[in-house]
Amino acid sequence: MSATPIATTRSAAGMPTARLAVWWIIASEIVIFGGVLGSYIMHRLAHGIWADYAANTNPWIGLFNTFVLLTSSLAAVLAHQAAERGDGQRAANLLYATCGGGLIFLCVKAYEWSYEISHGMTITANTFWSFYYTAAGIHALHVIAGMVLMLFTAAWAKKNEKLHRVEIIGIYWHFVDVVWIFLFPLLYIAK
Amino acid sequence: MSDHAEEHGDSHYIKIYFVLLALLVVSFVGPEAGIQWLTLFTAFGIAVVKAYLVAVHFMHINLTPRYVIYTVVTCLIFMLLFFAGAAPDVMKDSGTNWVKPAWIEAERAYAAGEVSGVASHGDDHGEGHGEGHAEEGHGDASGH
Repeated sequence: MSATPIATTRSAAGMPTARLAVWWIIASEIVIFGGVLGSYIMHRLAHGIWADYAANTNPWIGLFNTFVLLTSSLAAVLAHQAAERGDGQRAANLLYATCGGGLIFLCVKAYEWSYEISHGMTITANTFWSFYYTAAGIHALHVIAGMVLMLFTAAWAKKNEKLHRVEIIGIYWHFVDVVWIFLFPLLYIAK
Repeated sequence: MSDHAEEHGDSHYIKIYFVLLALLVVSFVGPEAGIQWLTLFTAFGIAVVKAYLVAVHFMHINLTPRYVIYTVVTCLIFMLLFFAGAAPDVMKDSGTNWVKPAWIEAERAYAAGEVSGVASHGDDHGEGHGEGHAEEGHGDASGH
């Protein structure tokens, strides 16, 4: 009788269970972010003054953070490649690099928010800023969650253990990237 | 572990990454022209293309079983249904047996140039904004 737990190897759904699970999570996340972004778009289109409010965000910061997240996504997919080759050490290093991208993203966000808050653009200033902080805040929480999970995954990968999880955390991280790809034009570009 | 990642080498992903960066530059520069249709195309159209590239080349969604794609698409359709269901109330200032007087007044004041959401002083990041000079009507109306 095998000592390997069945759940780690079974593939009744046509794919590994962990990969299926992360796609279920992503499907539910689409509804969460979709609700927030859909509501934002409704109000943005309905209220002319929201274009004025959006003009106060700094597009260069948005551009830089998009660049950072895209770069971290590249590191994540290269980590997946390394894991496929059984190179746990390289996969771990690339996951740490991905985490570094997440950290830079959060630091820039902290700078941006502190500036805006200190100039009166707070979450209670009006409905636009409520949406702004809610949408970007939920996204930032997902970045933090991804970084924590990635650190665990990297620690395992370094020992060449549980390498299949490198792909799973990567898929999640790419989704966080995709959400930001839509937040960027909505919050920073469309004036 | 994935049964498909070996199909591509690192160079493939680096190539996709540079395509994404090029699209990012276009999505940033395009709206600078100030033309509405160009803004919609470069900012939002290209965002869809970037999301597609990430989903296919980084997340490998095209190599998952078909029902995964159906599930994701179904969630996107739910998003559109939500928009279609809520927008008629949210995006109109009045309807049968209801009206949003605060919103109507705020829109009138904005159209007349009596209020603005853009910073009137300070640097280009918006200094001085958000202190409420145009907030009352809009805050009430959009948060009905």
